[in-house]
Amino acid sequence: MKNDFRKMEDEMDRLATNMAVITDFSARISATLQDRHERITKLAGVHALLRKLQFLFELPSRLTKCVELGAYGQAVRYQGRARAVLQQYQHLPSFRAIQDDCQVITARLAQQLRQRFREGGSGAPEQAECVELLLALGEPAEELCEEFLAHGRARLEEELRSLEAELGPSPPAPDVLEFTDRGGSGFVGGLCQVAAAYQELFAAQGPAGAEKLAAFARELGSRYFALVERRLAQEQGGSDNSLLVRALDRFHRRLRAPGALLAAAGLAEAATEIVERVARERLGQHLQGLQSAFLGCLTDVRQALAAPRVAGKEGPGLAELLANVASSTLGHIKASLASVHLFTAKEVSFSNKPYFRGEFCSQGVRESLIVGFIRSMCQTAQNFCESPGEKGGATPPALLLLLSRLCLDYETATISYILTLTDEQFLVQDQSPVTPVSTLCAEARETARRLLTHYVKLQGLVISQMLRKSVETRDWLGTLEPRNVRAVMKRVVEDTTAIDVQVGLLYEEGVRKAQSSDSSKRTFSVYSSSRQQGRYAPSYTPSAPMDTNLLSNIQKLFSERIDVFSPVEFNKVSVLTGIIKISLKTLLECVRLRTFGRFGLQQVQVDCHFLQLYLWRFVADEELVHLLLDEVVASAALRCPDPVPMEPSVVEVICERG
Amino acid sequence: MIISDLTVDKRVNVDIISIPLKIIQKSMVIAHIHVIDFDDENNIINKNVLLHQAGEIWHISASPADKGVLATCYNKTADGKVVTCAAVWRMPAELEPGGHESPEDAASPAHALELLCHLGPAAHGSTACVAWEPAGDGKRVISLADNHILLWDLQESSSQAVLASSASLEGKGQLKFTTGRWSPHHNCTQVATANDTAVRGWDTRTMSQIYCIESAHGQLVRDLDFNPNKQYYLASCGDDCRVKFWDTRNVTEPVKTLEEHSHWVWGVRYNHSHDQLVLTGSSDSRVILSNMVSISSEPFGHLVDDDDLSEQEERSQEPPQDSVIATYEEHEDSVYAVDWSSADPWLFASLSYDGRLVINRVPRALKYHILL
Repeated sequence: MKNDFRKMEDEMDRLATNMAVITDFSARISATLQDRHERITKLAGVHALLRKLQFLFELPSRLTKCVELGAYGQAVRYQGRARAVLQQYQHLPSFRAIQDDCQVITARLAQQLRQRFREGGSGAPEQAECVELLLALGEPAEELCEEFLAHGRARLEEELRSLEAELGPSPPAPDVLEFTDRGGSGFVGGLCQVAAAYQELFAAQGPAGAEKLAAFARELGSRYFALVERRLAQEQGGSDNSLLVRALDRFHRRLRAPGALLAAAGLAEAATEIVERVARERLGQHLQGLQSAFLGCLTDVRQALAAPRVAGKEGPGLAELLANVASSTLGHIKASLASVHLFTAKEVSFSNKPYFRGEFCSQGVRESLIVGFIRSMCQTAQNFCESPGEKGGATPPALLLLLSRLCLDYETATISYILTLTDEQFLVQDQSPVTPVSTLCAEARETARRLLTHYVKLQGLVISQMLRKSVETRDWLGTLEPRNVRAVMKRVVEDTTAIDVQVGLLYEEGVRKAQSSDSSKRTFSVYSSSRQQGRYAPSYTPSAPMDTNLLSNIQKLFSERIDVFSPVEFNKVSVLTGIIKISLKTLLECVRLRTFGRFGLQQVQVDCHFLQLYLWRFVADEELVHLLLDEVVASAALRCPDPVPMEPSVVEVICERG
Repeated sequence: MIISDLTVDKRVNVDIISIPLKIIQKSMVIAHIHVIDFDDENNIINKNVLLHQAGEIWHISASPADKGVLATCYNKTADGKVVTCAAVWRMPAELEPGGHESPEDAASPAHALELLCHLGPAAHGSTACVAWEPAGDGKRVISLADNHILLWDLQESSSQAVLASSASLEGKGQLKFTTGRWSPHHNCTQVATANDTAVRGWDTRTMSQIYCIESAHGQLVRDLDFNPNKQYYLASCGDDCRVKFWDTRNVTEPVKTLEEHSHWVWGVRYNHSHDQLVLTGSSDSRVILSNMVSISSEPFGHLVDDDDLSEQEERSQEPPQDSVIATYEEHEDSVYAVDWSSADPWLFASLSYDGRLVINRVPRALKYHILL
């Protein structure tokens, strides 16, 4: 064991010695090689330097070659690499020569680049490249961005010109959707490219550069908007809302990209403004459309009313005409609503703008379109009350009746229906005050009332004129003993019946006072006998009038004063009562202006009894007819120097016969 | 006893303000004219009856110069035909309005009128209306007969009427004048007439038409009156229930329209001194007194010259408005005539079919408002 260890120790010592020898050798070798190594390193350095020098020497020719080949990028890179060195060693003549050469070439290069840039035509990316290279060549950025913009302007102006050419004076322009599409892809796309490239290239320019771009975009944008507006204005006459909305949507959507890019230019806002303006104009146009449609309906009704009735074949009845007008008007309103509803559709890009969410719905659609239309309808209807009477009554009475019923229907149902519909379709979020339904209803009711009152006046006037002519033109002194009811009275009854039928088509019956069991049997006997004594006695004394008038005055004290032209209620009885009141009052006043012979008085008696027989059924309170007719006969008796009334039985016989 | 018209005599009694009124009563054969004195202070009404034997009277007008003279249009029945004639009459002296009343009561036998002259033969047709020259000496009278307008000169203390000149209205159909008024302006050279729905103005010197308001009303025109203080202003009323005020220089549009009545308006009268007060009577049995300040000759109220400023300021604070002052419903039947008293500007009378004469006063508050 000990032996073993010692052997091992020896071996270890030997190894150490060997190692030392090896180390020594190695050191010696490397000392020998050291020199060589240094030389090689130096050689490599010289080589690199020589390569550089060679590059420099070859630079002019390379550059020339690159320029010739059109590898401008390469050339610019070379130039960039050599510039600093050349700058540094320009005091050495040889380098200086190279630098001069290079400068010449670079100048040529720059010139060529500019040339290319100016020629354009190869699209914005190449242009951007050119500018990038020129910038790398150290060209002044200020000038370049001016030139860049000028160039962009030229291109965009080209687009604008082509758009304008499409507008043209000649009508066959492409439809508005195509137009905005083209504008969107051509002009707006171009503008986007220019803006994006500019921002990339001239980012270093800072706010001044951005301002320049914004001004550029603003100016061109406004010209574009002007064109678009001209085109949209051409569209105003059209009726296709969906196309317009789609076009506007495209237009608005396309402008969002440059809008985001160029917030300062305010393009998006301007675009929104245009859309809003168009929407507003559309609303106005729809209102006009509704109005003219309503007027058209009325014209149709007039024609239908004026059309000669073919015997045996009745024209369309009033109720039918009313239904036509009502449904077509409602249809137009609904169509308009649907049409303007497109503006607020979810998929339309501008529908979430505050204007379209608030003001458009409440002030635009609800107030100016719907409420505006209802108001204008009432106004149109009321205008029919103003003019006639003065100018010969151009409005057919049936039209007044129909309009009155239409307004009443609007009051009871249609207005609230339309407004509910509007509010549902356009979820009005705006807090601005709107016209309440009740106000509109009140207006419609007032219109209906005025129309109906006017109808009563007009019809009353027609019958009055008939009665008046008949009283004024007859010779009442020389007339013969009455054998018949005068034809005019029959005519009055016929006309009244016709009016009754006409009103009955549109208005409900209404209430009348309870009738006595046998109204038609009443005659004027009471009058003739009770008033006769003393009254027509020839022994006239000045004090007499007090007594004779007492009776009629006392009677009048207890009866209500008759308001002849009073407002009517919305029912048939009230309308007929009004007409009959006007007619009989006219008869009364006319009779008072004439002088009657005995037979004249008797004729009046017969006529009045006849009217009484037929008119009581039309009125609310038959007492009224009695009262007025009694007055007529009493007045005729007063105007008669020889008042001998006819036997009531004879009167009855004549009336029943005639 | 239908009362057809009423006129108010143009007289002022100095001691007691009396309102002499003439009222006509008609029977079929003879008419009675009631002369009524109303003593405002004592509230006493005196009535005297005059007989008008020629026939029932449809229109009456008093001479502006001679208190005892009046002109009537009356119906004469002859051969089964009715013709309306016109004549000038003198009242018996003791019954002249304002004169010493006879002590007898109303039941005393009536006095008869003294006929002065007939206004021509009835060849021109039925006379609708007679109008005296307003400011003249009671010598000139216009009468309207059918479609003729006749100007008469009364001679020899009104006992003879000579036709001075005439004109007639030509046109389609049978044109008939319904009423007429003599304008107090332009030296009394203008007369306005109404036929059917038209109002026409005439120059009495040439007897030619000077203006024409076609379709002044929708229906028949019933009455006219000139504004006494404003030259060109004329009021008209008619069967369309309206009262219209016209400026005769512009006949296309009325200056103002009133629609207060509910039936034909038969009479319209301006107050003689305060022309903003307009009286209208209608066959709806109402009399309406309106205050038409905006078209009166005193649109801003009475002008104050020397009064303190505060009063003027007070007045300017409330610009006067046209308004209905009062509606009088005392009548039970159609009102056919209304007129103002010529003696007291605050009194007026109205007359209705049933023979009721109502005398009313302008409300005190308004009177003081106008005066102060």
